[in-house]
Amino acid sequence: MEMFDLSLIWAIIIAVGVIMYVLMDGFDLGLGILFPFAPDEDARDVMMNSIAPVWDGNETWLVLGGAGLVAAFPLVYTILLPALYIGVFLMLAGLIFRGVAFEFRFKSRRTRHWWNRAFAGGSFVAAFAQGCVVGAYIQGFETADGVYTGGAFDWLTPFTILTGLGLVVGYMLLGATWLVLKSEGHVREWARGLVPKLLVGVLAVFAIVSLWTPWIDAGVSARWFDNLDVIWLLPFAALLCALGIFLANRHGREGSAFLLTLGLFLFTYLGLIVSRWPYVVPPEYTLWDAASAPESQFFLLIGVLFVLPIVLAYTAWSYWVFRGKVRVGEGYH
Amino acid sequence: MALDPILLSRLQFAFVVTFHAIFPVFTIGLASYIALLQGLFVATGNNVWDRLGYFWTKIFAVVFGMGVVSGIVMAFQFGTNWSNFVQFAANFVGPMLSYEVITAFFLEAGFLGVLLFGRHRVSPSVHFFAALMVALGTFVSAFWILVTNSWMQTPAGVEIRDGVVHVVSWSDAMFTASFPYRFMHMAMAAFLTGGFVVCGVSAWFLLRGRDVEVHKRALSMTMWLLLILTPLQAWIGDEHGLNTLEHQPAKLAAMEGNWETGPNVPLLLFALPDRDLQANRMEIGIPNGASLVLRHAADGIVPGLDRVPESEQPPVWMVFYSFRVMVALGMLMIAFSVIGLLLRRGGRLYTSRWFLHGLQAMSLSPFLAVTAGWFVTEIGRSPWLVYGIMPYGDAVTPSLTGGMVLATLIGYVAVYAVIFYAGVYYLFKVVRQGLEPLDADEEMVDVDRPARPFSATHVPFDGSLSSSRS
Repeated sequence: MEMFDLSLIWAIIIAVGVIMYVLMDGFDLGLGILFPFAPDEDARDVMMNSIAPVWDGNETWLVLGGAGLVAAFPLVYTILLPALYIGVFLMLAGLIFRGVAFEFRFKSRRTRHWWNRAFAGGSFVAAFAQGCVVGAYIQGFETADGVYTGGAFDWLTPFTILTGLGLVVGYMLLGATWLVLKSEGHVREWARGLVPKLLVGVLAVFAIVSLWTPWIDAGVSARWFDNLDVIWLLPFAALLCALGIFLANRHGREGSAFLLTLGLFLFTYLGLIVSRWPYVVPPEYTLWDAASAPESQFFLLIGVLFVLPIVLAYTAWSYWVFRGKVRVGEGYH
Repeated sequence: MALDPILLSRLQFAFVVTFHAIFPVFTIGLASYIALLQGLFVATGNNVWDRLGYFWTKIFAVVFGMGVVSGIVMAFQFGTNWSNFVQFAANFVGPMLSYEVITAFFLEAGFLGVLLFGRHRVSPSVHFFAALMVALGTFVSAFWILVTNSWMQTPAGVEIRDGVVHVVSWSDAMFTASFPYRFMHMAMAAFLTGGFVVCGVSAWFLLRGRDVEVHKRALSMTMWLLLILTPLQAWIGDEHGLNTLEHQPAKLAAMEGNWETGPNVPLLLFALPDRDLQANRMEIGIPNGASLVLRHAADGIVPGLDRVPESEQPPVWMVFYSFRVMVALGMLMIAFSVIGLLLRRGGRLYTSRWFLHGLQAMSLSPFLAVTAGWFVTEIGRSPWLVYGIMPYGDAVTPSLTGGMVLATLIGYVAVYAVIFYAGVYYLFKVVRQGLEPLDADEEMVDVDRPARPFSATHVPFDGSLSSSRS
């Protein structure tokens, strides 16, 4: 056990879990937010069918992340959840409504419009709450002796509202490029028309957050401006992705557009991580401060190393099985 | 009025966990039943078992789906409301809860899809194997949860350094004194839940004369199982009680409503426990009963609440009544199983209308009994979150205010009310649709695709049953 930095291994596992969740649940939450704006009910059917086989598998990453934090970095769990108390509730309520609406919408006729609303509303609330979490994370948390001491709404500030809306628009962009990839005809054209508008929105938030963040926290500012590092490649890569999305979408290269959107998220996420590394509960605690006992981290690691590859393989396989376009009137139901 | 965040957090946890527990306790039992049916199909080749298996798999799918949805909340409750407990116990509790999630993950990734959608894709033996693995998986899941709970009841295998639990021996911490009893009691409860629901549903069909031959078989088989399992559960429960007597005497005293330690303690059938008086205001009991049950001697010494400081006593009346509700329902279950045996003479088991109506009502009883049983064990542990080590007051999230908890409590109640209503309403529709013939077109659409549990059924949510298969 001495040979490995277990905390570092766990930090990587959880970081991977979080980005897996963001990327995979991101596009299906995004579709949910786009739902009310769809041109017609056929389009909504296509949208739902395009994510029907995979969405709940996507959400299991969130549960794994929550449980993994308790085991590997309990301090993160015990400070973040109390600090984000109301936000976490809203996110869970949103996810529950959306999940149930998903199931029952297909099975209903008269009440379908209610399930449509629950699906869209739940998706929006969950995405917004997650975006606020990102903002709250950049802001840092008020603690004393490893305990959260701030108020119930510290997570809701102008800055976090901006990041909340930013993630909403980001998820919508993911959802739109996904839909272009998975649909055809008028649904695809509608989604394709959305991409540049959403891209402008994402870039606007990206710019404001980037300019605002150094004002929020001196540590972040120092990380980016004190020694001009290779880390500047990250926002540069993100911007290249954005340009790529615009061009790919224009030329109808739907696969590239979607992959580049994933790239945009990935580089932004990495940029966020390097802003705070190695702090996991900014501004106070590093990942080593927050770690559980090495024997506990090791005990769980055995199971995770066994199961994670299987889950990843299965996930890849189910996306492969469901590859290709979804047509109007055709579904998995 | 000041809102107490501790009390409200306890209420909130009790609410979300009770609501959640309804689903797994049913799916654990039902998964084993489905595995049994698919096994019988493989062994006999009789397609009645397959039809029954298909019917119950659809119901399983919906209940499993609701269990997953309500379970997401549980993964966050510990941190939002009990962060000091997590900080204290994470070195042990964290890996246990994570292993539970991993188990569920693994189960869902592998065998659930084959069970739900592979009926015509794989051979009956492989399908049976998948059913068996799902059943096993539900038990492994329950294992981790009960390991965690048992450790909180009878902690062992750890030492406390700098105010944090460190695991000294994983096997001691996982297999604590109360664990084997709790696990057996809960496993049996899951079987009884599955059994009584199957009987209730079969009775419903028999009363309406639908698919009579199939449901006769289901009822007969399940009644045989219940005849063995109900008395077995009473015995296991009794052993569990003796274990509590040894390790958590305060809880046992509250269950018995016994205030004074001593010999010749009666078995109380009814009482009005009063904590202010530190006595029962009235009681009706069987003389020497508790001493006989617990110590096997009329003058056996039974611990009383006088050994526990008043501040460390659980709310006696809640434990006392919950225990009686559980035991009374258990007795009723045994009675129904025995009456069922008697009615077999002349085949009245399938025709006696009052008995079939009774069985319908009894399908609710295991849910009530399980809830009451958990009330006994959880409330009986109070004021301790970790028995003898950490009281609730030390465990709650320090930054929490009463208003925050109240707001989210109301929120969870509202969310769950909608979900529960929609889910149960839909379940009844699935049941009412009955044993539809295995319809070729819709089956073929699904067979090769892994999908979510709910899509295993095609019953419309609203409108008539025959229309709108989407």
